[in-house]
Amino acid sequence: MKTFGGPAIGLDRNDINTDEIIPAKYLTENSKEALKPYILEDLKLPGFDPASEALKQAKVIVTRANFGCGSSREHAVWVFEVNDINVVIGESFARIFRQNMFNCGMLAVELKKEEIARIFALGDGLNIGVDMTTNQVKACSAKGEVTVTFELNAFDRDLVLAGGWLPYADKKY
Amino acid sequence: MGKTIAQKIFEAHTRDTPAPGNVVLDLDVVMCHEITTPIAINDLVARGMDRVFDPAKIKVVIDHVTPSKDTKTATQAKILRDWARRQQIRDFFDVGANGVCHALFPEKGFIRPGYTVIMGDSHTCTHGAFGAFAAGVGTTDLEVGILKGVCSFRVPETLRVNINGLMPKGVSAKDVILKIIKELTVNGATDKVMEFHGEVVAAMSMEARMTLCNMAIEAGGTCGICMPDLVTAEYLWPFIKDNYPTIDAAVADFAKWHSDSDCVYAGEFNLEISELVPQVTYGFKPDEVKDVTAMEGTRIDQVYIGSCTNGRIEDLREAVKIIGGRKVADGVRGILSPATPAVFNQALAEGIIQQFMAAGFCVTNPTCGACLGMSNGVMAPGEVCASTTNRNFNGRMGKGGMVHLMSPLSAAAAAVTGKITDPRPFLD
Ligand code: SF4
Repeated sequence: MKTFGGPAIGLDRNDINTDEIIPAKYLTENSKEALKPYILEDLKLPGFDPASEALKQAKVIVTRANFGCGSSREHAVWVFEVNDINVVIGESFARIFRQNMFNCGMLAVELKKEEIARIFALGDGLNIGVDMTTNQVKACSAKGEVTVTFELNAFDRDLVLAGGWLPYADKKY
Repeated sequence: MGKTIAQKIFEAHTRDTPAPGNVVLDLDVVMCHEITTPIAINDLVARGMDRVFDPAKIKVVIDHVTPSKDTKTATQAKILRDWARRQQIRDFFDVGANGVCHALFPEKGFIRPGYTVIMGDSHTCTHGAFGAFAAGVGTTDLEVGILKGVCSFRVPETLRVNINGLMPKGVSAKDVILKIIKELTVNGATDKVMEFHGEVVAAMSMEARMTLCNMAIEAGGTCGICMPDLVTAEYLWPFIKDNYPTIDAAVADFAKWHSDSDCVYAGEFNLEISELVPQVTYGFKPDEVKDVTAMEGTRIDQVYIGSCTNGRIEDLREAVKIIGGRKVADGVRGILSPATPAVFNQALAEGIIQQFMAAGFCVTNPTCGACLGMSNGVMAPGEVCASTTNRNFNGRMGKGGMVHLMSPLSAAAAAVTGKITDPRPFLD
């Protein structure tokens, strides 16, 4: 079973949209790798710097509600993928973004509002592990530790295990 | 128990149920444009899977940046063009015949009641105006759609939106949908189909219904849907006249898709519009909406009339009511982008283009252009645009720019005054 996790960074706002994750002007790139430097370039968030070391180290993103709203661009998932981030944990996701994550074999984990708040309360220096066998998220920092259980739809789990929708669909349909 | 239109369409297209709550649907139409499709094509080629499930069901247009503006966009266009030729896709629209996808494809009669439609574009929800299930998807879904003709969905719930009352003068479908998004918020319809009902919707043209459904995604909706009726049948008649003896027969057939009276909705939202005034966005989210009267006097640098939301002939006819015989205010740049060649031609024939030009507007070829800040009217930091498009995200029409979304009438009023302006006094 796959495990996901590592250093995490918090994006503490609702409704972060795909234009903030990867601006439209970079949609002319024809490879995923080319998107790498532009991650979260237009995100305006107090204390957030897209050039920061914390973002470079991050393997997990923690955010609030309706993450990834706006355009259908899968570039918003790829820009995370090429930056070695393959888990986003949030209160809720926009439908297309969530589906794009699983379609790429990546994880979009939905937790309750209070659980997200407890993770944010751990502050900086956050490390998060996601265990797909136990369906548990373990978050820790110098301030303490939070363990919560999440639900994963059976189909979404199969997509992650298959490495995405294309290999899954190619075998089955 | 009765069924919603979405449930009926899902049932008629279910290929597989891979898990409870997830279905894989057979697709009637897969639409492609040059921004999200080339990476799918490159990936299919790299995997040795350069095939399409059915060239007749794939519709292709180069629309976002066209004619190409630089090497990168020219390469995107070329990948799409070469692929369409290689796969013998007949319905391919290039320079001279191209226009904004969600305006062009309906005009060609590609969308029918009961269809399943996907595209790598979030505003695919527009096509629900025809009583179809049409959803925006990412590139991987598009890739599988192209290859296998299927797409997976979580079974969506339906939110019923009832719009009643009398449409006040100076108020349009755009104002109605902005008001709905304001009330529902940007994720009020996430994972839901928005079903539009009520006397206002019944009286709307297909163009107005498309404007309504176009912005369902701005409330998070999977698709906006209107019940297919006589208006739908009349619009589609040139394309379906061989399938039905009379228009009435088509209308009767379409009715099989209608939501049953005893179907179950996840929620109901009622809007009475008799007192509605023109609406305008003020922030960087499409639910940040105010009455135009509360925004009056806000200075603007540019006016943009076009896009899949409001670049159709009716929108141009509306705007010209105010633009005609007037001049664009000093220091303001007016840009008109008719959404398709047919719209452009019709507007020429009616003298609308000429009146826009006489007012000092620049008229572009049909394209998405400035709507997503890629060409034809990108703003400088600090500039402000009154726009008939559908997204006011930070940086959408140019880094550091501010976009105020509004109706064609309100945009026209802003063009001639140089400020956000209530269009209603111009109509007296
Ligand atoms: S006009 Fe704008 S919103 Fe519509 S498809 Fe083009 S870029 Fe997208």
